Amino acid sequence: MESALTLHRLQFAFTITYHYIFPQLTMGLALLIFYWKSRAWFLGDIQANQCARFWIKIFGLSFVMGVVTGIPMEFQFGTNWARFSKAAGGVIGQTLAMEGVLSFFLESTFLGLLVFGEKRVSPFLHWLSAGGVFAGSWLSGYFITCTDAWMQHPVGYVLGPNQEIVLSSLTALLFNPWAFWQYIHNMLGSVITGAVTVSSAGAFYLISGKHKLHAEEFLRTGIVFGLAASALVIFPSGDRQGQMVAKHQPAALAAMEGLFHTEFGAPIAVMGQPDVEKQKLDNPLVIPHALSLLTYKRWDAEVKGLDTFPRDQWPDNIALLFYSFHIMIGLGTIFLAVHALGAFALWRGFLFQSKLLLWTLMVLLPFPFIANTAGWMTAELGRQPWLIYGLMRTADGSSRNVSYGNTMFTLLGFLGLYGLLSILYLFLIQREVEHGPLE
Amino acid sequence: MGHSNNMEILWYILTLSLFTTYVVLDGFDLGAGLVHLFVARNAGERRQVLAAIGPYWDGNEVWLIAGGGTLYFAFPKVFAASFSGFYLPLMLVLWCLTLRGIAIEFRNHIQHPAWTPAWDLAFGGSSVLLCILFGAAAGNIIRGVPLDKDGEFFLPLWTDFSARGELGVLDWYTILVALLALTALGMHGATWVALKVPQPFAGRVTLFARKLWPALVLLALTATIGTSVVRPTALEIFADRPITFLLPLGMLASILALRPAFGADGKRAFALTSAILVLMIATAAATIFPMLLPSTTAQQFSMTVANSITPAYGQTVGLMWWIPGMALVVGYFVFLYRRFAGPIDS
Repeated sequence: MESALTLHRLQFAFTITYHYIFPQLTMGLALLIFYWKSRAWFLGDIQANQCARFWIKIFGLSFVMGVVTGIPMEFQFGTNWARFSKAAGGVIGQTLAMEGVLSFFLESTFLGLLVFGEKRVSPFLHWLSAGGVFAGSWLSGYFITCTDAWMQHPVGYVLGPNQEIVLSSLTALLFNPWAFWQYIHNMLGSVITGAVTVSSAGAFYLISGKHKLHAEEFLRTGIVFGLAASALVIFPSGDRQGQMVAKHQPAALAAMEGLFHTEFGAPIAVMGQPDVEKQKLDNPLVIPHALSLLTYKRWDAEVKGLDTFPRDQWPDNIALLFYSFHIMIGLGTIFLAVHALGAFALWRGFLFQSKLLLWTLMVLLPFPFIANTAGWMTAELGRQPWLIYGLMRTADGSSRNVSYGNTMFTLLGFLGLYGLLSILYLFLIQREVEHGPLE
Repeated sequence: MGHSNNMEILWYILTLSLFTTYVVLDGFDLGAGLVHLFVARNAGERRQVLAAIGPYWDGNEVWLIAGGGTLYFAFPKVFAASFSGFYLPLMLVLWCLTLRGIAIEFRNHIQHPAWTPAWDLAFGGSSVLLCILFGAAAGNIIRGVPLDKDGEFFLPLWTDFSARGELGVLDWYTILVALLALTALGMHGATWVALKVPQPFAGRVTLFARKLWPALVLLALTATIGTSVVRPTALEIFADRPITFLLPLGMLASILALRPAFGADGKRAFALTSAILVLMIATAAATIFPMLLPSTTAQQFSMTVANSITPAYGQTVGLMWWIPGMALVVGYFVFLYRRFAGPIDS
């Protein structure tokens, strides 16, 4: 029972982590493609249209990866988490069904026109399709964030006579305060992924001495969107998200920060290795008072440490949670610094000649994906040991009728299948990049 | 009480209609996989089959997601029980959908003798397997599953292939229904592809559908007899509401009307294969109504509309976004299908 649970968790963690590589890219790219199509439509900018056309190809490949790895997510609520679905389906089924009905249809309809239709539809309709795909994908992001937000901070429900969870307010579910900041924070993270991907390709082309004009446009657009998003992802959205965690999941905050003991004027540990057995942080590199200041805006504010909470309410993987959080924060800081430097160079007109900056931007490519993944791991590990915070423990939500052997079988299947997908996807992307933005 | 009872039935019909639309729409692109595998003879024809479903398949698949989501909130117990109980076949469905989606998308990126044939096989093979799995799933629901007092069950892929005792997903009855589904969907795909591709390929596709017709008749009759064996109460349920006899009779009439439509009127043939699928699902649903998931363990463990519906507030509030949302969806689909109407450019 215990071990089957571990496999259910591993399978969900693996499939959702792998899946989210693609939506974070396509949601970010959808915004940039819409931007270029808008310039093409309103200003008659032919080069912007060529940029859009190139990224639509990358988008198409990535989108299909998102679709095929996304369907298993909805299914796995039922297949692997049946007791959770039975209890909470009446609530989160609403937002999941809304995602399908209100956004996936919109997205897929316009995707067909965007990818297949440039020669078949008018320029206006092609522009509208880019807008439809953008709206559909960003809307789906909202509904899925609402679903997660309810698991993080359940609202809009009552408990029935047999402790069953009954939806009592759809508006509360849709306007969950947790969802608002989480959504903005998450979408900004997605814009960073899209922007860095675009500027990384631009830097690659300039270093290769190819497609100069398009490469410069990739860099301009990537840097500007990337700078705006990497600033906003820290403040206000990241800051507000952090305060939300401090208020509603104080045990998660303590674990994220590696704060084992309650302190007045708590410091922030920039680095360190949590030792859960001895309840201390090894090799800490700290900024005194910073945690109190950031969380409660007071120099000497009390921040609750893990010792305030009963052991059975501690997140069950404190070390991984601590590292996920710190990787996200560290990379977010680096993104802001690189983009600020890049924007300065763009403004002073030396970006396209600066070998150092071009190389930095090119090798930055994998890091937004890592940061977004680490951010989600922080959210989901922080929620543990709860599946629905305060309402249902993860151990009580899995499908007890699905055995260890069957789950191992499908986990291995997913590992193999997704391994194959990765090779094919990278191979095809490499070909498109080789081919370049000119037909 | 009468009010809430109507609402339950409404959600039952809405959920069922989403899955039915899924079968009709994704059904033609799944069936196109059979045409691709068995009728297309060269690279050009295979490309035409894929072009015939190109802009649609992704949108068609969304009906499955929407159906799953709607089942999830409207009948959460049924979602939880069936998805976990059919764990293995559903995982196979997921893997096939994955392989099929990337086959359609990746195939045309490279023209190479070591690339295209692999994707052709992946697309055709996964389409065939999906038709079989969906058919077997329908057969399992009609036959019933070993739901226990906690509303749980688990089925291995097969045991001894008998429809009694220790059950498996595949037994003689569910295999029969799976073959029926494969034939009906293959024919449905063929009537669609015949509308989209040029002659003489279209003529050969129609001939393929025509050759499947006797098999469809035979399998539909055998499956009807099989159903009366595994579900002896079926006839009483129909007799309780005599109007429901129109469903199997309509299905039979559509099958008969299909024969002369081949080659003569392609659009009518496609309309009829669509009608056959709709009436087949409606007949199956009526066979077990008001149950959604019958239990073979004990009658009282069966999941019915009344005992598995989401509480009243969720039903009411769900309608408020579901109806305008689906009205928009119908708009998108009319628009999309019109935009790419007519034969493919080749």
